[in-house]
Amino acid sequence: MKNFRYLEDKATLALDRDLCVGCGACATVCPHGVPVIAEGKARLADPGACMECGACAMNCPTGAITVTPGVGCASYIVSAWLHQAGLQRKGPGCC
Amino acid sequence: MPRVRTKPDLQDRLGALMVRVGIRRMAHLVVPGLYCVGQPDPASPVLVTANYKLSFDALRFALHGASAWILVLDTRGVNVWCAAGKGTLSTAEVVRRVQSSRLAEVVSGRELVLPQLAATGVAGFKVRRATGFSVAWGPVRAADLPAFLAADRQADEPMRRVTFTLAERLVLAPVELALALKPLAAALAVAFLLGGVGPGVFSLGAAAARGTWLGLALLGGVLLGCVGLPALLPWLPGRLFSLKAGLLGLAGGALLALLAPAGGLERLGLVLVATAVASWLGMNFTGCTPYTSPSGVEWEMRRAMPAQALALLAGVAAFVVGAF
Ligand code: SF4
Ligand code: SF4
Repeated sequence: MKNFRYLEDKATLALDRDLCVGCGACATVCPHGVPVIAEGKARLADPGACMECGACAMNCPTGAITVTPGVGCASYIVSAWLHQAGLQRKGPGCC
Repeated sequence: MPRVRTKPDLQDRLGALMVRVGIRRMAHLVVPGLYCVGQPDPASPVLVTANYKLSFDALRFALHGASAWILVLDTRGVNVWCAAGKGTLSTAEVVRRVQSSRLAEVVSGRELVLPQLAATGVAGFKVRRATGFSVAWGPVRAADLPAFLAADRQADEPMRRVTFTLAERLVLAPVELALALKPLAAALAVAFLLGGVGPGVFSLGAAAARGTWLGLALLGGVLLGCVGLPALLPWLPGRLFSLKAGLLGLAGGALLALLAPAGGLERLGLVLVATAVASWLGMNFTGCTPYTSPSGVEWEMRRAMPAQALALLAGVAAFVVGAF
């Protein structure tokens, strides 16, 4: 995956180290190795690789790691814009 | 308890093909519930998967020669990752299926092996709280399961990382193409009409001749955006999909312009149309990759869409004006 990278510094991923209990769940489930455990706590080793899938936040028992998960799909985003602008009645969707 | 085969037969292969191209997709759902492979005993591992035929097949074929329980969730026939992202493969569904299948009465262990990519929709610690079964996160790919189980639920780094190989990218191209087909048909009709516009009245001969070139620019843009981009993704410069695909469209459009028996303005039009179409469709491919963040995609779209729209309009205008 090292030869595939998307835009850096765009993801909404955040870590509150004070809340972290170092369980390691985030590091296990992340498909890109973004969080790692160092000295008993999580650390964001490579935030630029985050795809905002939400797996880490979903499995964090203390809410220390957070992210706004979403569908990274252009037609979904267009449909969400139309919905927001009141041009599309039903909620956003795609495939 | 249904025992399933771990070697694919002809029917499996045909079914897989049909699922991929979208024929009678729903006829290939796996009925949710508990299955087994080999001769499992109460201490055998419990592996959880989606009721998408290809997810289920990948799992059972990976287990050839092993004995295990397979718990199939109801994800409405959608694969593990997409279902987890959409919320059908959820903590609630795992809990419901563990209870309805009476798993606790069948097995003695209290552990479920879930594919890592289900973690987007399932909170392991909540499953444990609700059912007493702890969740072990299995490898991303079912093929690594035997090694994972043999190593006592330990996955090494490559097993935990998603990949995006040429084959994995190309498998997505037919779906993208199929989605682009309807708008393409409409656009080709418009191209034919525009081709006929010229000095004097609408001419059928011109419509056929000029419309064909405009149609070729559209078709080229679609092919380059839907197939060219996925195929060449790692080698195209930059990180923006709109830019990568736009460059492909530019190259294809330029080639077409060289071949077309047309004037300068018309040639410019062909290049712009092919570039805009390829760029837009290429940007859509972000929805299929396992590494683009929605925040990033939205950032890219806000910048790329005005340029794409402008290029398309300017391209069509140049092509039409070029006839006069
Ligand atoms: S959102 Fe997904 S990709 Fe990003 S850090 Fe969390 S698990 Fe990793
Ligand atoms: S899942 Fe949460 S608590 Fe556990 S290591 Fe990660 S951030 Fe810390």
